Amino acid sequence: MSAVKTNGNGGAPPALTKADFQSDQETRWCPGCGDYAVLSAVQQFMPELDIPPERIVFITGIGCAGRFAYYMNTYGLHGIHGRAPALATGLASTRPDLSIWVVSGDGDALSIGGNHLIHALRRNVPLKILLFNNQVYGLTKGQASPTSGIGMVTKSTPFGVSDHPFNPVALALGAEATFVARTIDRDRRHVTEVLRRAARHDGAALVEIYQNCPVFNDGAFSALTEKDVKDQNQIRLEHGKPIRFGAEDERGVARAPDGHLAIVDVADVGEDALIVHDSHRMDPGLAFSLARLADDPTEPTPIGIFREVQRPVFGRTGPARTQTASDEQLEELLLSGDTWTVT
Amino acid sequence: MSKTIEERERVIVRFAGDSGDGMQLAGSRFTDATAALGNDLATLPNFPAEIRAPAGTLAGVSAFQIHFASRDILTPGDAPNVLVAMNPAALKSNLAELDRGATIIVNEDAFSKRNLEKADYDANPLEDGSLSGYRVHRIPMTTLTARAVEGIEEASSRDAGRAKNLFALGVLSWLYGRPTEVTQHWIEQKFGRNPAVAEANLAAFNAGWSFGETTELLDVQYRVNPATDVAAGTYRTVNGTTALALGLIAASVRSGLPLLLASYPITPASELLHELSRHAGFGVRTIQAEDEIAAAGMALGAAFGGRLGVTATSGPGMDLKEETIGLAVALELPMVVIDVQRAGPSTGMPTKTEQSDLLMALHGRHGESPLPVIAPSTSGGCFAAAFEAVQLAIRYRTPVILLSDTFLASSSEPWRVPVVSDLPAIDPAFARAGGNGEPFQPYSRDDHLARPWAIPGTPGLQHRIGGLEKTDGSGNISYEPANHERMTELRAAKVAGIEVPPLEVEADAGAELLVLGWGSSEGAVRAGARRARLNGHAVACAHIRHLNPLPPNTGEVLRSFDRVLVPEMNSGQLAQILRAKYLVDVESFCKVQGRPLFAAEIEREIEARA
Repeated sequence: MSAVKTNGNGGAPPALTKADFQSDQETRWCPGCGDYAVLSAVQQFMPELDIPPERIVFITGIGCAGRFAYYMNTYGLHGIHGRAPALATGLASTRPDLSIWVVSGDGDALSIGGNHLIHALRRNVPLKILLFNNQVYGLTKGQASPTSGIGMVTKSTPFGVSDHPFNPVALALGAEATFVARTIDRDRRHVTEVLRRAARHDGAALVEIYQNCPVFNDGAFSALTEKDVKDQNQIRLEHGKPIRFGAEDERGVARAPDGHLAIVDVADVGEDALIVHDSHRMDPGLAFSLARLADDPTEPTPIGIFREVQRPVFGRTGPARTQTASDEQLEELLLSGDTWTVT
Repeated sequence: MSKTIEERERVIVRFAGDSGDGMQLAGSRFTDATAALGNDLATLPNFPAEIRAPAGTLAGVSAFQIHFASRDILTPGDAPNVLVAMNPAALKSNLAELDRGATIIVNEDAFSKRNLEKADYDANPLEDGSLSGYRVHRIPMTTLTARAVEGIEEASSRDAGRAKNLFALGVLSWLYGRPTEVTQHWIEQKFGRNPAVAEANLAAFNAGWSFGETTELLDVQYRVNPATDVAAGTYRTVNGTTALALGLIAASVRSGLPLLLASYPITPASELLHELSRHAGFGVRTIQAEDEIAAAGMALGAAFGGRLGVTATSGPGMDLKEETIGLAVALELPMVVIDVQRAGPSTGMPTKTEQSDLLMALHGRHGESPLPVIAPSTSGGCFAAAFEAVQLAIRYRTPVILLSDTFLASSSEPWRVPVVSDLPAIDPAFARAGGNGEPFQPYSRDDHLARPWAIPGTPGLQHRIGGLEKTDGSGNISYEPANHERMTELRAAKVAGIEVPPLEVEADAGAELLVLGWGSSEGAVRAGARRARLNGHAVACAHIRHLNPLPPNTGEVLRSFDRVLVPEMNSGQLAQILRAKYLVDVESFCKVQGRPLFAAEIEREIEARA
C-alpha cells in the first residue's frame, strides 16, 4: 500500500501520480492481454480526476476483467457474475460523494448481467461502466460470448456461432444511455480521451473497449489496430465535425437516398454531403445508425463518443437522505396514528 | 325496547363479502374502535389472490377476522362466533369454519338468484333449512342503506351501494357496544374532501347502529370489557409489516446509518416496500430494483458504502437472492434480508402463509455459508426482530436473514410503543487508519471474530474485497488449502458464537410434554397450551426466535422433557434440525395448508399425547 496523502500544514496536497493508483497486487492476466494496456491507461489517467484514491471505487463482475479491481489502489469490490451494476447502484444511491467505476466484460455485462446493465443505463446511475469486449469467454477458457460473430468457432460452438451477436453500443443507446462511447485497448491516447469525457459526464457512462484476447480470440480487432489497415477502418467520431476517415480522409459517412447511413468516397458525394457528428442530440437516432454502420469490427467501424447528453441523474430527486432522523422524529413516528395509553 | 346485555370474555367476528364490498375497511374500523375501548385484540385479513375476481364469485371473497377479549389474547382466533356475510359466496366460503350455534348476519338483499348461482348454490340457504344450526339474522342491508342515504343531496345511488359496509359495521358496533365516535371521526377525516360521500357513509353507519338498537331481530347486546392484564404504556395497532418498517427505521436512527431498502414487487413482501417508501424524511431510500437479484446487490452495495442495506422478498425471490447473500457471507458485510414466507414451492400460493423457507435460510447457498437467522413470533415482535437483525448484522459484519411470514405481515395486534431512549444505540464502529504505517488488514478480527468495516472515503484504508477466498488477515486472494479451511472455520465460528438469549420455558409442575414452536405460531402454541391447562393437563411450552444459532440451552431443554412436540407450518423442518443437532426424538405436528396454526389444533395435539 502506498503512503497516505495528507493535506497537512495548510499546504496543497501533493499531486497524485500513477503510482498512487497502483495496488501491491501482482497482475495476473495472460501475457499480451489487452487488459494490461487499459489498466495502465486508467492508472495513468486517474490523477487527472483530482479525486483522492479513497473516494474512488472500482466494482467488477466475474471474468478476466473482474480482476481489475484488485489492481487499483482505490476501494474495490469484486462482485458476482453480472451483478456489478446492481452493487454499484446501491453504493451510488447512498454515497453520492464517491466516484464509482464498473469494469465488466462482454459475457458479464451482456449475458448474465444484461438486465442490470440496461437498467443502470436507463436510470442514469452516476457510474462509469467500462465494458471490455473481447468477443469471447476468456476466464472459462474460450466459449462463445454474446458478442462473438456468426460463424466463430469456439469450444462451445465447434460448428461456428449461430446466434446473432449484440452490438454493445447499439444496446446501450437502445437503453437510452446518456453517454455511450467506444475505444480500443491499443490506442492509449484515444482510451484516455474517452475516459476523460466519461469521467466528466454527469450520469451513467458506458465505454465499450475493444480488447484483444491473445489466447482465445487473438486479432479480433486487428482491422482497427494494425498499422497498415487501421486508417482504412477507424472512423473517428468527433462532435461537430464531418465524419470522414481513411489515410487521407478520402472516405466519409453520408445519408443514402433511402435514409440509411452509408460509407462513401468524399470525391463522389462532395464534402457538404457528409454527416456532421452531433453527440449532443437528444434523439439517439443518428448515434444508433452510426453504431450499426459495421456489423463486425473487421470493416470500417466508428470509435469515439456516440452520445453525450444530459437527463436527470438517478438518486438526485427527493430529499438527500444522507442523514438519519433524530430520536425526537423517531419518537413522533412510532407514536403516529391512533394510540392509547394504559396506566 | 329494552335489550338483554350479556358479557363475553372473548369474541371472534369475521366480516366477509365480495372484494368490492369494503370488508377490510369495515374490519379495520371495528378494530380501531375495539382498540379504543381497551380490549386486547388480534386481527387477520384474508384476501383473494386475484386482484379483481368476478364480482359475487367464490374466488372474489375477501374477509377480515378480529378476535377481541377482556384478557390478553394470543391469536386472531380459530372459529368465528359471528360471521357477517355480505353475499352468498361469502357465506358459502366461510360457513365450514363456523361452529354450530354461531351467529350469522347476512345482507339478505344480496341473496338474489343470480348471486346464488355465482356462488354455486342450487337453493337459497336462507330458505332451505341448511342453516338451522346457526343463529341467522337476515338484514336487508342494501335497501336500508339506500334509504338512509336517499335524503343526502349529491350522494349518488352508487355512493349508497358502496356504503353498505358501514351499515354492517354500525350493526356490529351496536351488537358489541363499540364506541361510535372513533368511527364517526374517521369517516369525517377520510372523506372530508367529499362531503356527500362522508355524509352517506356516516348515515349508513348511524343507520346500522340504530337498526341494532331498535330491531327485534337482535335481542341481545354483548359486552366485552376492557382488558385489565396488559402492561402500562402507550399502545397502537400494528401488523407485522408496519412493525418491521418501524424496527428498521429505529435501527437506522439508533445507528446513524441511512437506510436503503431495495426490493422487487412480490406478494406479500411488497407491502414493506410501500411502507418504507413513505419515509424519505427519515433518511430512508427505497429502490424498486429491476429484479430480485439486483435488489439484493443494491442492498449489499450500500452496505459496502457504510449504509444500512436491506432487501425484502418472499419465497421465490429468496431463490434469486441467495447468490448475493453468499457474496455477503464472503465479504463479511452487514446486510439484512427479510423473507416474508409464503406457501411454495415455486409460485405456490402467494397470499397464503407457510414456514417452509427455514432450511433454505439456513442452508440454501452453495459452499459453506453460515449466517444468523431470526424469526419474529408476533406482529408486534417484528419491531424488535428487525432491530435485532440490524444489531447482529453490524456487530458481526454478516448478512442476517429474518423469517417473517404472510400471517405475521398481515395480522394486527396492539403493540406497546417502545420508548426511544430505551432502544440501545448501535455503533457501526467504522475502521479508521491506525497511523502506525502498518498495512491495513481487512480480514483481521475482533473479539466477536468480526472484521473491520472500512468504508470508501476513509483515507489510508483502500482495500479490495470480493467473492474469491481471502487470506486470513490480509484479505488477499488465496487458494492455499489450510487457509481455506481456517477461513471456513472462522466464518462458522463467528456465527456460532453470536450471543442469543436462552430459551424461556413456561412449564407446569410435572409437565412431561414440551411444545416447542418457532416463528409466527407462538400465539397458537401458547393459547393451545392454555386451553389444555384449563382441561387439567400439565404442559410446558417454549418458543424459538433464533434459528441460527439456536439458544444455548436448547439441548438441555429438549432433554428435560419426556416428549417434545414441534408444531410447524411445513413438513417438519425445525424438527429435522433439532433431531440432527441434539439427537432428541422430537415429534412433529405439521400443517401445510397455507393457513396459520390454530390454538384448537395445538390443544388437540397436546391432549392426544396426555
